[in-house]
Amino acid sequence: MYALVDCNNFYASCERVFNPNLQGQPVAILSNNDGCVISRSDEAKTLGLPMGAPIFKWEAFCKQNNIRVFSSNYPLYGDMSSRVMSILKQFTPDVEVYSIDEAFLQFKGFQYYDFNDYGTQMRRRILKWTGIPTCVGIAPTKALSKVANKIARKFPNETNGVYVINSEAKRIKALKWLKIEDVWGIGRRLAKRLKAKGCNTAFDFTQLPNDWVRNNFSVTELKLKNDLEGIPSIQLDEVTNKRAIATTRSFEYTFSDIDNIKERVSTFATSCAEKLRKQQSSCYMILVTLSSDRHKKEAEQHRTSKTIHLAYPTDSTLIISSQAVKAAINMFKPGIKYKRAGVIVMGLVPNNNYQLHLFEHENPKHKPLMLAIDKLNKKYKDYKIKLGNQDLERTWKMRQERLSLKYTTNINQIITVKC
Amino acid sequence: MLAKETTNLTFFLPDTSNSEGAIFFDSGISAGFPSPADDFKEERLSLDKELVKNKEATFFARVSGQSMIDAGLDDNDLLVIDRSLEPENDKIAVCFLDGEFTVKRLKVEKDGLWLLPANRNYKPIKISPENEFVIWGIVTNVIKKL
Repeated sequence: MYALVDCNNFYASCERVFNPNLQGQPVAILSNNDGCVISRSDEAKTLGLPMGAPIFKWEAFCKQNNIRVFSSNYPLYGDMSSRVMSILKQFTPDVEVYSIDEAFLQFKGFQYYDFNDYGTQMRRRILKWTGIPTCVGIAPTKALSKVANKIARKFPNETNGVYVINSEAKRIKALKWLKIEDVWGIGRRLAKRLKAKGCNTAFDFTQLPNDWVRNNFSVTELKLKNDLEGIPSIQLDEVTNKRAIATTRSFEYTFSDIDNIKERVSTFATSCAEKLRKQQSSCYMILVTLSSDRHKKEAEQHRTSKTIHLAYPTDSTLIISSQAVKAAINMFKPGIKYKRAGVIVMGLVPNNNYQLHLFEHENPKHKPLMLAIDKLNKKYKDYKIKLGNQDLERTWKMRQERLSLKYTTNINQIITVKC
Repeated sequence: MLAKETTNLTFFLPDTSNSEGAIFFDSGISAGFPSPADDFKEERLSLDKELVKNKEATFFARVSGQSMIDAGLDDNDLLVIDRSLEPENDKIAVCFLDGEFTVKRLKVEKDGLWLLPANRNYKPIKISPENEFVIWGIVTNVIKKL
C-alpha cells in the first residue's frame, strides 16, 4: 500500500502554529519579493482571493476582507517541513519527500495493519507534535493514494482527514468522482485532448485501450493508467528529481541598462546551477528570458527568450552563468525598461549516468571548484562566494515587508511567553 | 614497484561532507603499554541530547514577566518546550490564552482547569468555556543566563 500525506495550506499553517490568533482567519502568503499570492488558507480561498494574484492589485481587497498577508518565510517553512517528514519516517522506512508539504509513503509488509487507524495515528502525531494539519490518502498505488488524499481533503467531516481505498467498489467510486483535469500528472493540455475524446473523469481514462493511450500519449500516461487501475506501475522516487529548474523573478525596479541585466541573469543562473548540484543532475539546455513590465501598457514592450544547447551536460556555475549572460546580451534591446528575467535549465540528466561528448568536455577543474564553493556558502551562509559579475552587496534583495519571525531557526526570534 | 610515467595525477579524496565521522582511537595498534584510559572512553556530554528528547516536537520560547519566579522561571529565561508530551496535573505548560502565549502550572480540579502562577502577587486563572484556550506544549527545561 501507498500513502500520500499532504499538509493542509502548509505555509499558512506554519504561520498559525506560532501565531494562533490566525486560526480560522483568512491568511495569504506572498512569493519571494512580495510579488503575488502563492498560498492561501481555506478562508482566503472562500473569500475569492485567487492563486497568483499580484498583490498590488489585490491590496484593497485584502484590507477590506481582513486577509492577513505575509511574506514567504522559507527558513520557517523548511524547518517545519523537515519535522513533518522526519515524523513520517517513524511510520515506514520508505518515505519519498515529494515537495515541501507532501510525501509518498510505501508500506511493505504491513498487510495486517488497519490503514485507517494507522493513517489517523500519523495525522494525529504530526498535528500534536508540530501543529500542522494534514490529510492522508492510502491506496494500493501511488496515483490512487493521490486520489484518496483528494477525497480526504474534500470531505473532512466524513473522513476525518484520512481516506483509504481498499476495495474495488471504493476505487471505482473515487475514479468516477475525480475529474480528468484533477488527475495527478494530467496537464491542462492533456486534459483538453482527453475531454475532446469524451473522457471526462479518471474512470473514463481507465476505460481507454492501453495501446491507444501509449500511441497517443506516452509510456508515462500508460503507467498512470495502470496505477489508477490498481496495478502499481509508478514506483517510489520515480518522479523526485525535477525535469527543469527555473529561477525567474521580477526586479524591484525596471532596468534599461545591460549591466544590471547581466548581474541579475548571472545571479539567477548561479541559483539554478546550485539547485542542479543539490539534486546531482546536469543540464543540456539553458533557457533565458527577458521581459518588460506587462502591466505598463503605455511603455514599449519586449518579451523574448533564447535557448542554448550545450555540447555536454554541466552543473557548473561558471558555464551556466556565462552562457546565460551571453544570451541575455544577445537579446537585450536598448531603450526597453525590463522588469523581469529568468533562467531555466532543462534537459536534465543524472550526474552519475550521462552521455559524454567525443570532442568537447567540461574543464575537470570545475567539479572540485563547485564543491568547494557550495561547501563554503553552506558553512558561512549568505553566499559569501560569488561570481565577479554578481553584485557583491546584494543577494536577492528580497522585498519582505511582511515577514514573520524565524521562530525555529533563530534564537533571537523565538516566541515570547507572558508570565 | 614499477610506476608508469604519466602527466595526469588523480587524487581521490574521501567525501567527508555527509559524515559525522568516527572516533579515532590513536593508541590501537602500538606495541607498547596501552593507555589505561581507553577502556573508559565515553561519548562527550551533549546538552542537546540532554535537553531535547524529541527533536521533531521541541520548540523554544523566551519568558517575559514575573508570575512564575517561584518556580524558577525568570524574565528572559529560555524555555525548552516539548509538544509531544501530554498535559498533566502539576506540569508547567505554554498555553495560548485569549490571544497571547502564557506559561503557567496546570492544575486539574473537580471544578475544572486552573492555571497557577508561582508568585504570590499573581492570581490563579480559571479556564472557562468562554476563554480561547489551547495548551501549546509542555515545558521540560529552563535555561538561564547568569
